[in-house]
Amino acid sequence: MTLAAHDIRWSAARRMIVDGVTLRAEPGRILGLIGPNGSGKSSLLRLLCRLRKVESGVVTLDDRDLATMARRDLAKRLAFVEQQASTEVQLSVCDVVKLGRTPHRGALASWTDADEEAVEAALERVDMSERHDQLWHTLSGGERQRVHIARALAQEPRELILDEPTNHLDIQHQLSILALLRRLGVTCVLALHDLNLASLFCDEIAVLHDGKVVASGPPPEVLTEDLIARVFGVAVSIREGASGRRHIEYLIDLPEEGTAR
Amino acid sequence: MSHAPIEPNWPARIAIVLAALLALVTAIALAVTIGEMKIPLSTAFQALGNGVFDLGYPVSAIQQGVIFDYRLSRALLAALCGGTLALSGAILQALLRNPLAEPYILGISAGASTGAVAVMILGFGGAVLTISGGAFIGAVVALLVVALLATGAGGSSDRVILAGVAGSQLFNAATATIVTTLANAEQARGVMFWLLGNFGGVRWPDVWVATPVALICFGVCMLHAKVLDAFAFGADAAASLGVAVTRVRIVLFATTAVMTATMVSIVGTVGFVGLVIPHAARFLVGPAHARLLPACLVIGAIFMILADILSRILVPQQILPIGVVTALFGAPAFALILYRARRAT
Repeated sequence: MTLAAHDIRWSAARRMIVDGVTLRAEPGRILGLIGPNGSGKSSLLRLLCRLRKVESGVVTLDDRDLATMARRDLAKRLAFVEQQASTEVQLSVCDVVKLGRTPHRGALASWTDADEEAVEAALERVDMSERHDQLWHTLSGGERQRVHIARALAQEPRELILDEPTNHLDIQHQLSILALLRRLGVTCVLALHDLNLASLFCDEIAVLHDGKVVASGPPPEVLTEDLIARVFGVAVSIREGASGRRHIEYLIDLPEEGTAR
Repeated sequence: MSHAPIEPNWPARIAIVLAALLALVTAIALAVTIGEMKIPLSTAFQALGNGVFDLGYPVSAIQQGVIFDYRLSRALLAALCGGTLALSGAILQALLRNPLAEPYILGISAGASTGAVAVMILGFGGAVLTISGGAFIGAVVALLVVALLATGAGGSSDRVILAGVAGSQLFNAATATIVTTLANAEQARGVMFWLLGNFGGVRWPDVWVATPVALICFGVCMLHAKVLDAFAFGADAAASLGVAVTRVRIVLFATTAVMTATMVSIVGTVGFVGLVIPHAARFLVGPAHARLLPACLVIGAIFMILADILSRILVPQQILPIGVVTALFGAPAFALILYRARRAT
C-alpha cells in the first residue's frame, strides 16, 4: 500500500478544481497524470502532498489519513518536486541537496554522518556528484531539475511527487529525467504533458478532465484515439512505431507549402 | 547507518567568535572615548570599574557621568539596535524571499512610530499602554496591513515591497497628521527629532529593556535557523520539507515586530541597517542562517556604534540624526554589494 486519494475535492475562487478524484499509486511504480491545461493536475498533486487541504474526501498514505500526520513525519516519507522552483539565494548544488535533510534534523541538531551519506548518495543517483560545489545559478534547466530530484531523494522518501518535471527542458533532458525516475525504483506520481512520453515511461496513467478522472489504467488501455479526441480535442492515430512501441501521431491539417496566405 | 555527528572545527569557530567579540568591544571602547570631551581609554576603564563594581578609582564626577551614564549606555543601546534591526532584515528577506525586505521598507518601522506617537501625544491606551506597547501594536497593525495589501495584489514577493511602500506612506501620513493637528510646538519638535533616529536620550533603563528583548528574539530566530534555510525555494518547498509554514511565519513576523517596535520606541526609525547588513553578512559568511543570523547581530551592532560615533563627530557642536548617517554610509555600501554580487554570478 502506498499513496491513495479517495473522492477528494478542492475548489478555488468558487470554482471546483479537483472534483471527486479517486486514484491509487502502486508501490515502486510510476503513475502519470495527464490532462489539458487547467484540468487540475498541479492542484491534485498539491493535495496529494498536503500543500493544500482537501475540502472533502481523504488522502491516505499506507491507509493512514494524511491530514493526521505531522508535517515533518510526512516529509520523511514523501517528497515533492515543484515545477521550475528557483531561488535568488547564492547556494551551491550541495547546499540545495542538504535542504532535503531538514525533516530529519531537529532545530539544534548537528550535521551527522547519516546526513552526509544521504546527500552524497542522492547526488550520485542523479549523476551530479562532480557538480557538488557548483553554484545553483550556473546550472542549466535540466541540471537544476536533477538537483531538485536529488534534494527530494535526500529526504529518503518512499513516494515522490513531481509537477511536470520535464517542462521547459529540451528533448534529451526530458528523456534523461524520466529514465532517471524509472531507475530510482521509488513510487512516483507525476504530471506530464507529452502523451508519447507518458505512454513510454508510466506504468499507469490517470487522465484528468475538468477536475475529474475520466480514465485510468495502463497506458495502452487508457490512451486511445477516442479518449484523446474527447479530452484534448485533437485527432490522433495510434500505431506501432519504429521501436515496436505505441506511437501517437497528431492528425492535423497543415496548409500545403506555398498556399499559406 | 551511523548517526555520529560530524564535529565542527571548534578551534576555528572559537577564533571567529573571539574575533567578533573583540571587534565589538573595540567599537564600544571607541564610542566611550571619542566625543566632544576627549577621554583616555584608561580613564574609561576606571569609570567602568567604578560604575559596575564601585571600585572607587579617582575619576571626576563629570567624566564618570559622561562615560558611564551617557556614552556607555548609548553605545550598548546602539549595539542592540543595530544588531536587532539587521537580524529583522535577515529574517524578513528569508521569509519573503526578497532582498529588499527590511522593517523600514516594509513599513513596520513607520507603523511602530505611529503607534508610539499615538501613545505619546494622544495618550491612547491611558496609563496601561507604554510607548513600547503602542509601538508594538503599531508594528503588528502595519505588518497586517502590508500582508493584506500584498495578498490582495497577488502575493508575489515584489508585491510585498510595493505594499510596504504604500504602508509606510500611509503610516507616515498618520503620524504626521497626529503630530501637526494635536501636538503643541514643543512636542512636535521632539517627535520629529525622535522620528529621524536619535540616541541622545538613551539611559540605562532603556538598555535594561532592550537587552532581554534582543537576547530572547535572537534565541527564537536561532531556533528557526534551519527552517529559514528551507524557505530558499519558497513557502511550498519549505512546507514539503516538513516546515510548519504558517506557524513559523507568525512566530518570526511577531519576533521582528517585537524587535522593531522596541528599538523604534527607544530611538525612533533608523533605515538601511536592516537592508545593508544582512547582505554584507551574507557576503562574509554565506547564506546559511545558522551563521548568518549571529553575523548580522554582531556586524549590525558594530555598524550602528560606528554610525553613532560619526553622528556625534561629523559636524562639530552638532549631532546628526542617526538615520541620516546610516543612509549616508548604507546607500553606497549597498551599491557596492549589488555590484560585487553581480560580478560573482
